[in-house]
Amino acid sequence: MKEINKILLLGSGALKIGEAGEFDYSGSQALKAIREEGKYSVLINPNIATVQTSEGVADKIYFLPVTPEFVEKVIEKERPDGILLSFGGQTALNCGVALYKSGVLEKYDVQVLGTPVQAIINTEDRELFANQLHEINVKTPRSIAANNMQEAHAAAAELGFPLIIRAAYTLGGLGSGFCSNQEELEKLASSAFAYSPQILVEESLKGWKEVEYEVVRDKYDNCITVCNMENFDPLGIHTGESIVVAPSQTLSNSEYHKLRKIAIDIIRHVGIVGECNVQYALDPNSEDYRVIEVNARLSRSSALASKATGYPLAFVAAKLGLGYGLHEIKNSVTKVTSACFEPALDYIVCKIPRWDLNKFDGVSKVIGSSMKSVGEIMAIGRTFEEVIQKGLRMIGQGMHGFVGNLKEVKDIDGELLNPTDKRIFAIAAAFDKGYTVDKIHDMTKIDKWFLSRLKNIHDMKDALDRYTTVEGVTPSMFRKAKQMGFSDFQIGRYTIKDKKMSADEKLLAVRSFRKRHGILPVVKQIDTLAGEYPAKTNYLYVTYNATENDINFEDDGRSVIVLGSGAYRIGSSVEFDWCCVSAINTIKKCGYRSVMINYNPETVSTDYDTCDRLYFDELSFERVLDIVEFELPKGVIVSAGGQIPNNLALRLHKQHVPILGTSASQIDRAEDRQKFSTMCDEQGIDQPRWKELTSLDDIYSFVEEVGFPVLIRPSYVLSGAAMNVVSNKEELGHFLELAAEVSKDHPVVVTEFMQQTKEIEIDAVAQNGELKAYAISEHVEYAGVHSGDATVVFPAQKLYVETIRRIKKIARTIAKELCISGPFNIQFLAKDNAVRVIECNLRASRSFPFVSKVLKYNLIEMATRIMLGEHVEPLHKDIFDLDYVGVKASQFSFARLLKADPVLGVDMSSTGEVGCLGENYYEAILKSMLSVGNRIPKQNVLISSGPARSKVELLEATKKLLKKGYTVYTTGGTFDFLNANGVETIQLHWPDEAKEPNIMDYLHDKKLDLVINIPKNLTKRELDNGYKIRRAAVDFNIPLITNARLASAFITAFCSVPMDEIAISSWDEY
Amino acid sequence: MQSVKKARLVLQDGTVFEGTSFGYEKSISGEVVFYTAMMGYPESLTDPSYKGQILVPTYPMIGNYGVPRQKEEDGLPAFFESDKIHCSGLVISDYSFDPSHWNSEKSLGDWLKEQQVPGLFGIDTRALTKKLRDCGSMLGKIEFANEEVDFYDPNKDNLVAQVSTSEVKTYGNGKYKVVLVDCGVKYNIIRCLLRRDVTVVRVPWNYDFANEECDGFFLSNGPGDPAVCDVTVQNIKKILAGNKPIMGICLGNQLMARAAGAETYKLKFGHRSHNQPVITPGSNRCYITSQNHGFAIDDKTLPTDWEPFFVNVNDGTNEGIRHKSKPFFSAQFHPEACSGPVDTEWLFDLFVENMAKSK
Repeated sequence: MKEINKILLLGSGALKIGEAGEFDYSGSQALKAIREEGKYSVLINPNIATVQTSEGVADKIYFLPVTPEFVEKVIEKERPDGILLSFGGQTALNCGVALYKSGVLEKYDVQVLGTPVQAIINTEDRELFANQLHEINVKTPRSIAANNMQEAHAAAAELGFPLIIRAAYTLGGLGSGFCSNQEELEKLASSAFAYSPQILVEESLKGWKEVEYEVVRDKYDNCITVCNMENFDPLGIHTGESIVVAPSQTLSNSEYHKLRKIAIDIIRHVGIVGECNVQYALDPNSEDYRVIEVNARLSRSSALASKATGYPLAFVAAKLGLGYGLHEIKNSVTKVTSACFEPALDYIVCKIPRWDLNKFDGVSKVIGSSMKSVGEIMAIGRTFEEVIQKGLRMIGQGMHGFVGNLKEVKDIDGELLNPTDKRIFAIAAAFDKGYTVDKIHDMTKIDKWFLSRLKNIHDMKDALDRYTTVEGVTPSMFRKAKQMGFSDFQIGRYTIKDKKMSADEKLLAVRSFRKRHGILPVVKQIDTLAGEYPAKTNYLYVTYNATENDINFEDDGRSVIVLGSGAYRIGSSVEFDWCCVSAINTIKKCGYRSVMINYNPETVSTDYDTCDRLYFDELSFERVLDIVEFELPKGVIVSAGGQIPNNLALRLHKQHVPILGTSASQIDRAEDRQKFSTMCDEQGIDQPRWKELTSLDDIYSFVEEVGFPVLIRPSYVLSGAAMNVVSNKEELGHFLELAAEVSKDHPVVVTEFMQQTKEIEIDAVAQNGELKAYAISEHVEYAGVHSGDATVVFPAQKLYVETIRRIKKIARTIAKELCISGPFNIQFLAKDNAVRVIECNLRASRSFPFVSKVLKYNLIEMATRIMLGEHVEPLHKDIFDLDYVGVKASQFSFARLLKADPVLGVDMSSTGEVGCLGENYYEAILKSMLSVGNRIPKQNVLISSGPARSKVELLEATKKLLKKGYTVYTTGGTFDFLNANGVETIQLHWPDEAKEPNIMDYLHDKKLDLVINIPKNLTKRELDNGYKIRRAAVDFNIPLITNARLASAFITAFCSVPMDEIAISSWDEY
Repeated sequence: MQSVKKARLVLQDGTVFEGTSFGYEKSISGEVVFYTAMMGYPESLTDPSYKGQILVPTYPMIGNYGVPRQKEEDGLPAFFESDKIHCSGLVISDYSFDPSHWNSEKSLGDWLKEQQVPGLFGIDTRALTKKLRDCGSMLGKIEFANEEVDFYDPNKDNLVAQVSTSEVKTYGNGKYKVVLVDCGVKYNIIRCLLRRDVTVVRVPWNYDFANEECDGFFLSNGPGDPAVCDVTVQNIKKILAGNKPIMGICLGNQLMARAAGAETYKLKFGHRSHNQPVITPGSNRCYITSQNHGFAIDDKTLPTDWEPFFVNVNDGTNEGIRHKSKPFFSAQFHPEACSGPVDTEWLFDLFVENMAKSK
C-alpha cells in the first residue's frame, strides 16, 4: 500500500432537501481527522457558506461543482494519493462511483480510502443488495413481479395480505396503493396495469416499527454499533420525515440485540470500512423484521447519531479510512477511554423534522415515503414528555409544545389516518376530543408507549387548566409540569386566567413563581458512558428531571454566549452556522470562553469540539435566561445566528441581559417597520412607499395612490404564499380573498413594487456607528425575486460609481444613526442612480460568508472583536483590488416537492446556495450555475420567454445559442417575436393544445437539454401551461431557468466560456 | 395521575434522595450499584449476580416494555435469567406506568410488587451514579415512612450459597455432557450450551464435582467476592490437574484464577454495562461485551503456564485467562449476553470444539 499524504475530500455542494447541513458537519470532522494526522487535505465543495470551506479547515479549497468533469480536473492538477467519498452525501458518492467506473481514479492512482467502491456499488443497486443479504440469511421485504392478473393473484397467495401494489416504471407512485383482500387487489391491480405492463406485488409492512442502527467497522473487522434509533412514526413515513428518538424505547433486549447483530453481520458481509446505517422494519407483534435500507456512507442519521451520543462518527470513520483500528482511537469525550465502545446514554434525544411546505404552491402536505422536510432539530432530556415538548418548540413554527397551541386542527381523523406535517398536533386535538390511546393507536399505528406519554402531557394540561392563577398551583404539581417539558409560557397560558395580562407578563409571572419555590432546571453532561467514567465534557443540556448540576460555574464574567440559528429552514441555514462558528473562534482568540446555545444536529456549531461549552438546548426566551443565570456571562451575541436570536434581543435586554454589540433598542428601531421608516424620512433616505393597512377600503385607496404592481403581505393567510406581487385589481381581489382576515389584529402591509429595478445589498460592519468594512453586491435578477433566491455577484460588476457612492453614504448614515456596533445588512433598489432602502437588519445576513470568503476577510471576526470591545482598524480593501468575481447561485429542491410550482417570487423557495470564483463575471456565473445542478445543454434548448421585456432580454442570448449551433425550440409568442426579429427557431405547441410537435412530448422523451420558461402573468391558462412545462422539466430532471436575466447570463456564459478554458483554481490562487 | 407513596433512598454517607414508590412497599437495605445498559431490565433483575444489591439503571426511563410473559422452554423460563428477581431494590429516574410490548404480561411495578421488591422513581440517577462512581460501591437502603431498617453489607455473606441450586439438575440430552458449577448461573448460559448439543448437569456451588463423568466443566457467574468460595476453588484445583476442557464466566473466571494460584481484588468502580471493549493481547480483535462485576483478577499474579485471554481496552484490567497448553479458558465478561451484545458467543463454540477434540 502506498503512503497516503495528500487526500481529496468531496463535499456535498449546495444544501438541498435530503442532503443538507449534516454533510458540512461530517466533512469538517473528516478534515479535522486528516489535519490531526499531519496529512494534506484538498476539498472540493462549491458551498461557500459552509464551515468546512473556511480558512484552516482544509489545506486547499476548490469552490467547484462536485461533478466527475471538474473533480477529474482537480485530480489531474493536485495528484492526491487518496480520496474520501463518504463524507459528502449522495452527491460525493455518485461522483466517486462515476470516477471509479470511468477509470479516472485508476489513471491517476488515487486510492479510495475507507469502504471500497465496489462495496458501495453493491449497496446502491437494490436487487444486487437484496441478493447479497440473502446470502447471509438476512430478510428483506418480499416482492414479486406480475405481468397479468393471474400472476398478481398467485403472488398475493404467496405473500399474504395486506399487500402493496406498485406499477413498475412510473413516476410519483402512479397506480400504487395498499390492498387487504382479493377484491381490493383486483381493483388496484387492474388500474395499475393501465399504467404499466408490469406490477410489483409486495408485502405490506405498514404499521411496522422503523428502527435504525449506526454501525462502524475497521480494517481489522472490529465492529460496533454506535447508536440505535426508533421512529415515532411507523413504517410508511420516510425516516427523514419522522419524529425519531434515540435510543429505542419500546424494544426489548432481545429485539435490540437481534437487530444489532444483523447490522454487524451486514457491515461485515458488505465489507465496509468506516460507517454505515442500517434501517429495519420490525413487526410490532413479534421479533420478525426486514432490512429496508443500508447507506454505505455518512448520512443524516449518522450526524444525528453523533450528536445524540457524543460519538464523532465522521471523525472516527475518517481515521478508520486512514488505516486505524477502532481500539487505536481515543474516545474524544472522555479522552481516556477507547473509541472502540458503544455509547451508553442516560438521557433521551428526540429529532423532529422541520417542514416549510407553506412556501410552495401546489405541494401536497401529506408526508410519506419521500422526503420534504428542509431541516431538523434535536431535543435532549430525561423523559419523552420533556423532549417532545422541547422539540416541538424548537422547530420554530410558532408552536409552544405538544399542547398550548391556538391553531385549530380541522380534520382530526384525516390527519391521523393520512399524516401531514401537522399530525402530532392532531394527536393533541384528538385527546382533547376524548380519543383514547387505543383509538389513536388503531388509526396511526404509533406505538402506545409514545401515545401514553403524550397522554400524560395532555392530562397535565387539563390539570393545570383547572387553576385560575399560577399562585394556586402546588409546587410539586408545578415541578411535575416542568418535568414534562412544559414551558413557563404554556403554564402561564393554562393557569393564569387574567385576560388583561400579556403573554410575556404571564410568562414572567410564572417564572418568578417558579424561582420563588426553587423550581430550577439543572445542567447535565453528555459523556458517552452514562457517568461510568469521569469525563471533562462540555456537551450539556438542561433538564428538570434531575436535582444536581453536573458542572460548576466560574462566575468570572469571562464567558460569552453566542445564540445559534436553530433549525435549518428556507431562509436560514448553514450560512448562519458559519457566522456562529466564526464568532466562537474569535471569542476564543480574544481570550474569552465561548458558550454556544443551539439545537440543530446538522451543524458544526453544535459540535462540542467547536466551543468551550455547548448547551444543546432551546433558544427560547425562557431557556436563554436560564442559561444566562447559570453562566453570568460577559454578554450575549445575538447578531450571528440570524432572526431567532435577533428577535430575542429586546426581551433579553429588558431582563438586564447584557447584549453585546448594537443595543437592543436600536435593533428594535431597525426591526420595527414604522420606527425604521420614520428614521429614514428624518435622514432623507428613500424607501418605496408602503403602508400598514387594516381595512379593504384603505388598501384600495392606497393602491390607487401608488399604482400597480404592489407587493402585498398579509399577516394571516389561509393558503398559498404569504407574500405576493399583484399587478391589477382582479389579482388584488383574488389575493385578498386568500388573506382570510384584514383587521386591526391582522394588518396587511402594501408596498409599491418597483419594476425593472436592480437589487443591491451591502454587508457591513460598524463600530460605535462608524463604518469599518463593507461589501456591496448586486443581484443578477431584477427586484421581485427574493434576495435568498437571487443570483448575487460580488463585487458588483455593473453598477454606476454614483450608485455605489450613494449606497455607501446611506450605509454610513444608518450605521451612525442606529449607532451600530457589529454586523449589518441593507438591501436597496436602484434605478437610474435613484437608490431606495427596502430592508435593514442589524445582524449578520445570509451573504456574510460569501462576501467574507470572496474578500478573504472574515467580517464576522471583525464584528465579534468589535462586540467584545476591541478596537479594530477599518478594512482598506477596495473592490477594485479584487482581480476576480464571486457569484452566489441558489439551489432549489423542487424535484423533491411533488407538484410544487417551480417558480420564483417574492417569497423565498431555495434550500441552499453555492458561491464560485471566476476570473470574470461569466466564468463565475458558469461555475456557480453548474454547481447547482444545471448542465450545459448538448443540443436542444426550449425558450418560452413570457412577457415582452423578457423576450427582448433573451433575444441576444438566442442568437448566441444559434450561432453556437444549438437547436432552439420556442412557444408561440416567443417564436413570433424572434421571427419578427429575424431569428429562426422551431415552434412547439403548448401542453393544452392537441397539436404536434408538443412540448410535453419533447419533455417526456427528454429531447430537451435546457428549459427556459418565464412566467408571464397570472391568467389561468398561462399559469396552467407554464406550470405543466416547468413541472415536467423538474420531474424529468431537465435544467430549468425561470428568470430571463439569469437565463441570458447563463446562456452568454456557456456560449462564451469554453469548458476547457474554465480555470481550475483553488481559493488561495485567486 | 397515579396515586403514589413517597420513599427515600439513604446512602451510607448520609446522602438522601427522595423518590416515589412504584414497587413493593417495604424498607430494604443492600449495596447500591449502577449499571449503564439501556435495556434489559427483566434480565438484569433476575440475574443472580445482583443478589443483595440495590440496582440503579442509568438509563432514565424504565419499564417501557413491561415484563415478558412466563413461558417455559427446556425446563427454563424463556425470558428470564433465573426463577425470580434477585436484586433487593430498584431505583430509577422515570417509570413508565403504561408499558407497551407484544410480549408483555404485566407492568414492571406489578412484577416488583408480586416479587416483594421495592422500586423508587423520581431520583436523579445520574447524580447518584456519579456519587457511587467516586466513592466506589456504597451501602444504602430504601426506606418508607415509619419503617426504618439498618444498613446491610451483602458482601459479608456467602451470596453464592444463597443463589446456587440446592440439588443436581439435568437439562437437555446432547452429544456432550457438561458439569456446570452453579454459583448463581444465568439461564442463558444453560441455553447457550443446550443450543450446542450439550447435556447440562447443574450442580451446587459446593458440590464435589471433580470426579463426575463428563466431557467438560463449566464455572458459572455469580455474586460477591470470589474469596468466600474457597470450597469451589478447592474443587476446581482438582480438575485443573486433569485435561478435560473448562470454561468459566465472570465469578467462574475469578475462581479459576484463584484455583490456578492467582489473586483477585476489588475494583474501584466495577464494570456494569453493555459497552465494555475487550481485546486479546497481541491482536487487533476487539469485542464489545456485557459486564457485571466488581472484582477482577490481578494479571501479574498469574502463574507462568497461564496467560491473559482478554484485557479491557479502557482500563487495562483483566477480562479473561487461558491456559497455555490445556483447554482451559474463562472470561470476566458475559459471552452469553442476555442482556447485552452477543459478539462473544463464539466462546461457547470454542468450548464445544475443545470437548470435541478431547473426546
